[in-house]
Amino acid sequence: MTVQETSIVGRGNKEGGALFRRWFKSLDDAAQRGEKAAYVFVMGSMNEVLKAFDMNITFPEITSLQLAVRHIAHEYLEEAEDYGYSPDICGYVKADVALQLRKGEHPMGRIPKPNMTVFTNACNTYIKWGEIWERLHKIPIFTFDVPGHRQLGVHTQPGDKQFEVDRRYVEIQIKELIAKLEEVNGTKFDIDKLRETMEFTNQMSRSWARLLELNRNSPSVYNALTDGTVFLGVANGFRGTKEGADYFANLVEEMEYKVANGIGTTTDESHRLAFVGVPCYPIFRRFSEIFAEWGGTFVQSTYLWFASGGTNRGYQYDLDNPISSLAEGILLSVRDAMDSMFDQTTMLRNAIDEYDLDGVVYHPIKSCRTVSTGLADSRRQLMKDTGIPSLLIESDMMDRRVVSEAQLKNRIDAFFEGLISRKQQAAASRRI
Amino acid sequence: MGYAAGVDVGSTQTKAVIIDEEGQIVARGLVDTGANVVQAAENAFSISMEEAGIDEGEVDYVIGTGYGRYRVTFGNAQVTEISCHGRGAVHLFPQTRTVVDMGGQDTKAIRVSESGEIVDFCMNDKCAAGTGRFLGAASAALEIPLNDLGDTALNSSRPVKISTTCTVFAESEVLAWLGKGKKVEDILWGVHKSIAMRSSGLMRRVGIEGAITFTGGVSKNSAMVAALEERLEAKLNVSEECHYIGALGAALFALDHIKASRSPVTKEVSA
Repeated sequence: MTVQETSIVGRGNKEGGALFRRWFKSLDDAAQRGEKAAYVFVMGSMNEVLKAFDMNITFPEITSLQLAVRHIAHEYLEEAEDYGYSPDICGYVKADVALQLRKGEHPMGRIPKPNMTVFTNACNTYIKWGEIWERLHKIPIFTFDVPGHRQLGVHTQPGDKQFEVDRRYVEIQIKELIAKLEEVNGTKFDIDKLRETMEFTNQMSRSWARLLELNRNSPSVYNALTDGTVFLGVANGFRGTKEGADYFANLVEEMEYKVANGIGTTTDESHRLAFVGVPCYPIFRRFSEIFAEWGGTFVQSTYLWFASGGTNRGYQYDLDNPISSLAEGILLSVRDAMDSMFDQTTMLRNAIDEYDLDGVVYHPIKSCRTVSTGLADSRRQLMKDTGIPSLLIESDMMDRRVVSEAQLKNRIDAFFEGLISRKQQAAASRRI
Repeated sequence: MGYAAGVDVGSTQTKAVIIDEEGQIVARGLVDTGANVVQAAENAFSISMEEAGIDEGEVDYVIGTGYGRYRVTFGNAQVTEISCHGRGAVHLFPQTRTVVDMGGQDTKAIRVSESGEIVDFCMNDKCAAGTGRFLGAASAALEIPLNDLGDTALNSSRPVKISTTCTVFAESEVLAWLGKGKKVEDILWGVHKSIAMRSSGLMRRVGIEGAITFTGGVSKNSAMVAALEERLEAKLNVSEECHYIGALGAALFALDHIKASRSPVTKEVSA
């Protein structure tokens, strides 16, 4: 490896980890000082507005999944269940309930109590989750009602009559949010500061879209599931910040370097796969390893679409009309995130050619009916339309009690046996 | 050339099959798996070699399959039981396009191509409802030997409806029906119908096409065959060999390897 390679290859994961630790340290410091934080979610986080008020921000989905990656989620889940929450409730919610009961105790540092929570109706659980904090901490909750067509294939666009009505509806809500934030923070809103945070998001969005494009390369330059999750953490936590924008500019530079020099993410990329759903965090690394043992790597993932809050579209805010443009961005990106969950077939159909996919892996999870319902049907539709081999395996993103590595491995092994056999048959018939 | 063998280590029983170069079965071995999985694989293989009248040196390649495939320590490679059941079913019944395999702890629905490759598959997850274990629970509750369940159930005239899908609670439900004075055969037929309903759901998920072959230990149960045929409104391929079909499929993959005319779908990894 040359000196340049040593300094650039792997930089994204290293810097991502460092940024993450710094973020949690800043939250821990804030908690020690008795400060509070805004609690937000990955779909429609409103980071640009909150950062314009210099608020501490925490993403409970991310703090929860960190517990699973660190193999201690079960302690939190059991504590919430002892407190009275049903095993059937979302694992992210239950882990967070235990976190609140433990006064923010988290392996990466103390998480401050909330002073406000902002969420959209993109996930029905967000709303009930917010109500828990409202009761526990007596804080204001702000629910963004993001309208939009959910009819398959029907998308209103900026300029359409209905879209412009929706935009005005969201604009009003943004103004209400700003007024509420002035009250909570005791500071005046500065629109130039909002422009500044939005410009950083613009930079990040351009990089994110470019990053997704770069993995069309063969060999792929990152694993969309393992590396991709690091990228997602930064994309959410540092949205609307210079650090975030710089991180992604560097990341694109790294991946372009890898493309130019033919440096792949694995030495044996026999099968290029797309992942659909939310990762299996309780055995996060092992999950990908089982695929890697067969030469399978994830080059694309719907998680990179919907958990980036729609950043994959590369949407660019118009800084001359920040509030109106912010409303437009929310409408388009939340809709895109929803489509990635509920109508991913259209996008996957394109990805098969764009990313030269050999197979698609669907991963419904027990915790989240929202992202899992319909995946079995979508899978059948995609197979019928395209003939692409696919695998459906079920586990969870938090709860190790419903994650059976042996069962997963058996199904994954059988999937690859079929995939290899089919490739051999295809090669044999080509020879004939 | 010598022989090829497959050893299928299932949760309840371990099966071994030895085939000749034509793919014809020359011997079988069957033992209860028990707690010592390695020993069970060795025993089943030994029984089959004894039946064939050959020694280990004459078997050129052995493939392990089933949940304990990595415990077939004398095996050369491993293939999942999903691929093996598909391959074995098409070998025995060439028109097979859908396979339903019912074993001790899991039920699989497998869709196969005409050459036996897996097109799609679906299995029960996290729960043994709709598997042989469900029959085991009924057998224990009614104190009827497992092998007699099918014949008893087929005497039913007014089956009860078993509503629970949980194998553990099934036992309580069976006892509750007994308490209400229902006949044993009616309860048992209800149990079989309940399993058939659950299994057909798995099959529909992969899409039922062409001839259906019923494999695994439960395929020996005549009432289960009848219940599935009633539910699916189709005739099933069943034979005495269906219990050994996983091991047969493994042996066929082993034969592929020996012949090397078609690369086997194997993965040579250690346990």
